[in-house]
Amino acid sequence: MLDPVSYGIWLAVVLTEVISLACMIRGRAFTQHFTLVLYLCSCLASELGAHAILGNSGYNSDAYYYFFFYSKSLLTICLYFVLMNMYSHVFSDMGAGKYIRVGAAMIMAGTAGISYYMVAASSTRLITNFAAELGQNLYFVAVILTYLLWFAMAKLRENRTRVLQLVLSMGVYVSLSAGSFAIFNLYPNHDDFWKYYFPITSMWLPLSWAYTFLKVPKDARLATAKVLAPNS
Amino acid sequence: MMPGMIFAISLLALLQFFVSYTRSLIAESRTHQLSDQTRDICGFTAKTARGDQFPRLLQLIELCPESGGDGFKVRSVTLYFRLLGLANGVFRWLMVPSAAVWIEAERGCCAYAAAVALDRRIAYNRTIMAQQASH
Repeated sequence: MLDPVSYGIWLAVVLTEVISLACMIRGRAFTQHFTLVLYLCSCLASELGAHAILGNSGYNSDAYYYFFFYSKSLLTICLYFVLMNMYSHVFSDMGAGKYIRVGAAMIMAGTAGISYYMVAASSTRLITNFAAELGQNLYFVAVILTYLLWFAMAKLRENRTRVLQLVLSMGVYVSLSAGSFAIFNLYPNHDDFWKYYFPITSMWLPLSWAYTFLKVPKDARLATAKVLAPNS
Repeated sequence: MMPGMIFAISLLALLQFFVSYTRSLIAESRTHQLSDQTRDICGFTAKTARGDQFPRLLQLIELCPESGGDGFKVRSVTLYFRLLGLANGVFRWLMVPSAAVWIEAERGCCAYAAAVALDRRIAYNRTIMAQQASH
């Protein structure tokens, strides 16, 4: 059963996701950023699933532990789709859409292959903290991919404010998550802290996306140099 | 070993992404012209602002009801301002005077972004009051 604080946080997470989804639809970004909508819908499904499991099994159950970490891993794979969408936006002017799709398919296949190998090689460890280690590794790969994208954007002088903010906010989220999972793997026995921490941090992406689609006009431009160089 | 390394790299990436993200939020404010009334309230004489004006501006922002979801931006800029304060302490301890100039300029940008948020809230509240008066 959820305590009042956890229930309040759960409700806040669901609300931010719904609001973010509404802002995207209002900003007519449904087709252009379909993967973001897909990610938010997956997050909502995950939250509803978590609520059902918490109601039946409780926070300290194995069922909730595995549901939480494996759903996070699946959501990270959805984030890869978002990243590929961002890559295609950044490289669209170069007519590199075909290469992006091939690259995206290869990265997805590579990630799936590595994950399968890790699961197959660790089948005896599934009762340990393997689920948390998998999440940490997937988020870390996402950090590297986001960093490469940000580097490419700086080199190509990408100036669409929406794309800039979407990529940077994703960079904040994946690096925060990778770091948090790493700390969780080092200090897993602080349930009272982690049960509030992870849901609170998961609000970052919906909030930042809602802000971008609500406040930043579609045709707004911002020089990358203003974000990178000191006081330019 | 591995989690420790991932944590260290992720922390560095987080800092860089967060600083760039907040700078992108602040950059949008630089093009906004403050109204004369907001300038008087803030005590600004030119387009630039000083970092030490930020806490007072934050108090004034809290007095005004939020206008159209700018709370997220204000909170992000506040966090960036506090990070800069922390960095200032670290660089002073390391005796790097050139960093202090850059940090003060960044804190000034935070103060200007806060003034822009205050300006927009004042304008929003005026519109609401005018609408209420007309009814």
